[in-house]
Amino acid sequence: MKINELIDSQSELTDTGASKSAVVLMTRIRLARNLAGQPFPGWAKDAQKREIRDQCMQAVAALPQMKRGLAIPVENLDDLQKQILVERHLISRELCHAKSGSGIVISKDQSCVVMVNEEDHLRIQVLRAGFQFKKVWNAINAFDTDLEEHVDFAFSPRLGYLSACPTNLGTGIRASAMMHLPALVISGQMEKVVRAVNQLGMAVRGLFGEGSDASGSIFQISNQTTLGESEEDIIKHLHGVLNTIIEQELNARQKLQETDPNKLSDKIGRAFGILQNGYLLNSGEAMNLLSLIRLGIDLGVFADGQRAVVDRLFIECQPGHVQHAAKGAFDPTQRDVLRAARLRTEFAKLVAPDFTQAHN
Amino acid sequence: MANSLKCDLCSKPATVHLTQIVNNKIHKVDLCEACAQAKGVTDPSGFSLADLLLKASLNPEPTGEAKCESCGFTQQDFKKSGRFGCAACYDHFTRLLDPMLETMHKGSTHTGKVPERIAAKKSLYERLTQLETELDQAIKSERYEDAARFRDEITQVRQSAARKPTT
Repeated sequence: MKINELIDSQSELTDTGASKSAVVLMTRIRLARNLAGQPFPGWAKDAQKREIRDQCMQAVAALPQMKRGLAIPVENLDDLQKQILVERHLISRELCHAKSGSGIVISKDQSCVVMVNEEDHLRIQVLRAGFQFKKVWNAINAFDTDLEEHVDFAFSPRLGYLSACPTNLGTGIRASAMMHLPALVISGQMEKVVRAVNQLGMAVRGLFGEGSDASGSIFQISNQTTLGESEEDIIKHLHGVLNTIIEQELNARQKLQETDPNKLSDKIGRAFGILQNGYLLNSGEAMNLLSLIRLGIDLGVFADGQRAVVDRLFIECQPGHVQHAAKGAFDPTQRDVLRAARLRTEFAKLVAPDFTQAHN
Repeated sequence: MANSLKCDLCSKPATVHLTQIVNNKIHKVDLCEACAQAKGVTDPSGFSLADLLLKASLNPEPTGEAKCESCGFTQQDFKKSGRFGCAACYDHFTRLLDPMLETMHKGSTHTGKVPERIAAKKSLYERLTQLETELDQAIKSERYEDAARFRDEITQVRQSAARKPTT
């Protein structure tokens, strides 16, 4: 498969239609693995890095899960293609900046991706729309076991899988959920949640990971410790914390509806108005408006089936996707025009909000 | 009132104090206003306490000029990047690493998945450790027949393990 075919084909996040989950948008697990006897990517010489990449990409691409997928060195991708892959949460921003000797292998349905020579030789990742840790863990565990038959991983009986950074040592696992938490944001409780989650040894990040902002009230919550606990226990603890956050978010929504229903309806109604009639929308504003529409869907203001549309727009309103759809490179103002046009078209089809249910 | 707490990153007086409780172990980070801002501690969109704990544990200065024999990576390199050079670095920098792991993780021993190939080797390694203890005890209590049996078994296990297990 070629990169442009992949970009234009249906993907796990944009086309599953499985957007039934009110709070968790996406579940993701990644495993950090390294080849035995080779220096880590950050310390390897260029020639070694290329040799490592070839070996890894060959082994990964040969797995049945990667059948008819895409395997490509990072230097063969242009900036826009890389940006699109970042916006789909398939690769990291760090990998985009890799000079040479790095690679990507992506499955046909874009639910499984392996980054080669990012921080570690192999970063295996499986993602699914919705709240699906069991499914994701089973898939990535099987993938890792299959891969292990073809390559020798750096492993120590005492310290587990050896990673470039000691923060990933042991299991090398990072399990994360992308959560939509508009009511906690509106009611000003998010800072408290971030602190509490951190105290439990988990991390909270914005939509695109470290250092990104939380536009659209979307947060990524993940485990931080990887050594001293089994993968199943790590996932179980994270799952517990996530369930508590879901409960908090749902309570906050109920409270907003009870204390000031008009204020909430006003926010959702205005968001709908701007999306239907705006001519200039930057991605931050678009995300925040879409977030309110999604909240409206969860509250029964819009039809349930619209959730999948909003989830897709969360991704397709990002700068890379907007430019790809318009087939060219555009400066930020031109992108804002294109984005608003796309949203006007999408929202012209949407039935006007009905607040009777939300006010009861 | 003397303010004795200093910022873990830059040693200015600390005004922000963070606590993480993992498995009843309390980890603390003290930061000055500027570092707290720079690290996004006050940012409601989130920050990573584990990264902070890692950076804080790299201060004070590591001592000695230890160098990984396998890849030439030094402690200074680690302090700069926060990453190791190769898998063997984990053997060479144990003194630097062990206290750091205590702060960073829930335990210092791996209890998760083991690659199948290594699982076989690991069980041999565990068997070997057990036999060696039994051999010691047999010698101490002068049970020489048992000792001879343990010694033979150890030789056998060593032969079946193709390579010497590391760490």
